Amino acid sequence: MSRLGYLPLGDHLAVSAEPMVRAIVRIPPVRWALNLLGHVTSGRGLVIAVPYVWLALFFLIPFLIVLKISFADQLIAQPPYSSLVDFAEQGYVTLKLNVGNYLFLAEDALYWKAYLRSVQIAFFSALICLVIGYPMAYAMARAEPTWRSVLLMLVVLPFWTSFLLRVYAWIGLLNNNGVINNALMALGVIDQPIVMMRTNFAVYVGIVYSYLPFMILPLYATLEKMDLTLLEAAEDLGCRPFKAFLTITLPLSMPGVIAGFSLVFIPALGEFVIPDLLGGTETLMIGKVLWDEFFSNRAWPIASAVAIAMLSLVLVIMSFQHWLERRAAAAR
Amino acid sequence: MSRRTSPALWAWLAAGFAFLYIPILSLVFFSFNQSKLVTVWGGFSTRWYAALMRNEQILGAAWLSVKIAAISAVLAVILGTLVAVCLTRFGPFRGRVKTEVLTGLSLLLLFVAMEQAFGWPAGRGTLTIIIAHTTFALAYVAVVVQSRLTGMDPSIEEAAMDLGARPAKVFFLITLPIIMPALVSGFLLAFTLSLDDLVISSFVSGPGSTTLPMVIYSKVRLGLSPEINALATLLVVVVAIGVIAAGLVLKQADQARQRDAKMAASK
Repeated sequence: MSRLGYLPLGDHLAVSAEPMVRAIVRIPPVRWALNLLGHVTSGRGLVIAVPYVWLALFFLIPFLIVLKISFADQLIAQPPYSSLVDFAEQGYVTLKLNVGNYLFLAEDALYWKAYLRSVQIAFFSALICLVIGYPMAYAMARAEPTWRSVLLMLVVLPFWTSFLLRVYAWIGLLNNNGVINNALMALGVIDQPIVMMRTNFAVYVGIVYSYLPFMILPLYATLEKMDLTLLEAAEDLGCRPFKAFLTITLPLSMPGVIAGFSLVFIPALGEFVIPDLLGGTETLMIGKVLWDEFFSNRAWPIASAVAIAMLSLVLVIMSFQHWLERRAAAAR
Repeated sequence: MSRRTSPALWAWLAAGFAFLYIPILSLVFFSFNQSKLVTVWGGFSTRWYAALMRNEQILGAAWLSVKIAAISAVLAVILGTLVAVCLTRFGPFRGRVKTEVLTGLSLLLLFVAMEQAFGWPAGRGTLTIIIAHTTFALAYVAVVVQSRLTGMDPSIEEAAMDLGARPAKVFFLITLPIIMPALVSGFLLAFTLSLDDLVISSFVSGPGSTTLPMVIYSKVRLGLSPEINALATLLVVVVAIGVIAAGLVLKQADQARQRDAKMAASK
């Protein structure tokens, strides 16, 4: 199952588009044009080459350039980095690799803290999403079939509205003179506003809020497919509901748990907007560090080294995820 | 058929939806606030909508964003479909290794290096944003299309080829109509991702190509602004109408399919 197959809106529209497309393709001039196009593009090489050239050019080469610049020296120039290869006199070509950027990252506590803080925030956000989202997905999957599509639509709807504006909404709620503090003070619960904005708490709220649909959708997909007669059999054999949940439902929903966890964890790791708008100075996340190095300090080589460090972290986590998925598949 | 579920579970679901929707509803509520203070109610007013309609900067950026989203979504659908078709025979496509900041940085460095090496693209602007958005959305399109392709019955294509249709004709007359739902999904996804992207655009944009999220971000950094609430409300209304309409269309298509299935079974 693809990860993005969980976003059903396009499918909804497309179901109605399909007969229309079939009809259009049958109109004679369109059919002739397609036939002609078929003859022109029957060069199969072209079909394969175009996307691969694009991917090589815009996926692979940029990564190699980041790697290259992470070994360059910082210069006050345009662009602000040195060239690695030097065509010196007497025809010698010298290759100069500067590992200083990486040493700098390793020595300065700021980068370590940002690295660890990112992992910590992303991990606990994904865990909180799981705790909130699992019962929601479970209730949705056990709802009446007519209700399911409505509930699913309600989960997907926030995804289609702007991410930036949804983060912005939380500023209005969490501010010192925001909606939550105003309400609590009006009710007489507190005399002084609780400081929530520009704290780690606000960052957690923002990440959990933004990524909760990504946790619910894969969980719902696995829970909905589950064979309920297994639970009936367990019940008939005298198994209590909670034990049946632990021994049957939970293991069967593991693929959804793994998919949902990584759909929250990996993007949260490199998150920039949420720590920037909701977090304070204590919330150093690696995405924000990279942004500041690049835009504020114009330190392109350092920013590239941060990027390589971040990419290695993501790759380690993704291979761990694949290992978990393989293990879960083998267990079944 | 549906099993007994405890009321606590339903209460949890309701609380979860409240968590998802209260921030959006509060945005909408305070967009009709008379006061300039976004979080203190000062009476009903639509003045911020009027102010929004006069704001040339926001309107211009919105139009630019829609153009970029449309072009890059079309390109992403074409290229993503080609990738999916090519890769269906070789195993799943895992394109989304990078996070946004990484994609933004790496593409910017590529554009700079290309400009140094052979002078294209000259400077950064709308063109570089379109290329970046196409590249980042094409991975999503490929995943969506590929899941549809793998679920497709290969015997239909084989039958067409046995009857003498050329591969390209088979693709346009058989494969394309079948995977059309995925293409529409992919287009909407690519369009939304492009319209919503702040991070990648910020890296690869140049002077004169400020997209809507970049304008929103610069305003939001300075503090709350009721005009942004008005903009958010308009966006939420458009999206809600779209999603609900799509839901109704699906329901009808579903009912028609069930009717057809019943008729076919009774014959």
